Amino acid sequence: MKIEILGTGCPKCKQLAANAESAVGDLAIAAEIVKITEIDKIIGYGVMITPALVVDGVVVSAGKLLNKDEIKKILAR
Amino acid sequence: MILKKSLGIVFLSLILWFALYGFLPALSQWITYDIFRLSAGTRLASAAEFFVYDSAKVLMLLVLIVFGVGILRTFFTPQHTRRILAGKKEFVGNILASLLGVVTPFCTCSAVPLFIGFVTAGVPLGVTLSFLISAPMINEIALVLLFGLFGWKIAFLYLGTGLAIAFAAGWLIGRLHMEKYVEEWVYKSMTGSVEEEKLTWPDRISAGWLSVRDIVGKVWIFVLMGIAVGAFIHGFVPENFLASVMGKKAWWSVPVSVLIGIPLYSNAAGIIPVVQALLEKGAALGTVLAFMMSVIGLSLPETIILRKVLKPRLIAVFLGVVGSGIMLIGFLFNWIL
Repeated sequence: MKIEILGTGCPKCKQLAANAESAVGDLAIAAEIVKITEIDKIIGYGVMITPALVVDGVVVSAGKLLNKDEIKKILAR
Repeated sequence: MILKKSLGIVFLSLILWFALYGFLPALSQWITYDIFRLSAGTRLASAAEFFVYDSAKVLMLLVLIVFGVGILRTFFTPQHTRRILAGKKEFVGNILASLLGVVTPFCTCSAVPLFIGFVTAGVPLGVTLSFLISAPMINEIALVLLFGLFGWKIAFLYLGTGLAIAFAAGWLIGRLHMEKYVEEWVYKSMTGSVEEEKLTWPDRISAGWLSVRDIVGKVWIFVLMGIAVGAFIHGFVPENFLASVMGKKAWWSVPVSVLIGIPLYSNAAGIIPVVQALLEKGAALGTVLAFMMSVIGLSLPETIILRKVLKPRLIAVFLGVVGSGIMLIGFLFNWIL
């Protein structure tokens, strides 16, 4: 599984990345977490409001600072 | 089932809210005079009562409004707003963009992706800028604080003048045809599209609670500090202390306030208690309004972020037009009030 965190480096984006890491740790799944900070890549996903969470190339959330449990729910799908 | 439960919780919370709000004056008297046993009529007692009452009132209003706005915003995603604005004629587009700027969720750090997303989808430059002016400048927290501390007239004045500036500045920049001062790569960027999630009412309600948790959880301390500072200034700075520097007669105080406001960057929660203190000590309303709008609406961080997509000339025009608009509002209110 590939998890991408889209964000230009604001505190919320960093927090989302940290939450995603602990969610992955809790679920004990093999997932690669990548932070995407380049504007054109963010735009390429069609995201206009950061932070956004992308799982396997699909935007699952934008503009929300999800907590660990919310991310776990999304990853379990 | 879930719908009934979450509506039930909202309904009960609303009843509780109104009951508590109605009892606030009595409650704050009880806390001041019976719990802390301060004797009535002293300066300390009146300051304490003022602090307890004001902070409880503002925090309660904040929770209610942030909850409502949190739900409202689930209807206005940036995608949705872009769809409304794309292909609109400029005049009408500017009006819509200013209004949508108030209700669409926005954060300064998203200004660039939002700008590109709008422009590449065919939203005219001036209309996009109307949105980008209105979104940070008109802020629900500021609105609540102004309403709570000064009443609805000043709150509406802020809302109305903010909308007017966003509309007029965006429209004017559109008239100047400055599209060539947008960085070229913006128009070449490939914009993907996000499939929007379907939200149910329980989803929307939980988004409301979430924004209460996020926003109120973040700003309550600033609100309390601000009100405490306000209460202190209220008691210790002499009346009309600021009349000579920020009063109606000092015309130059309006441009100076706007200039000072640009590099100052504060959230609405931090600036409004300062506003209250300034007004009380003899500053003129127009000057203070201009100062506040400049601090909240024209921020250096946002300008630096926008530099990525706008060439210096357009940045300068943007600052110039919005700054002049704010100054005009300041002069206007000093003149008519």
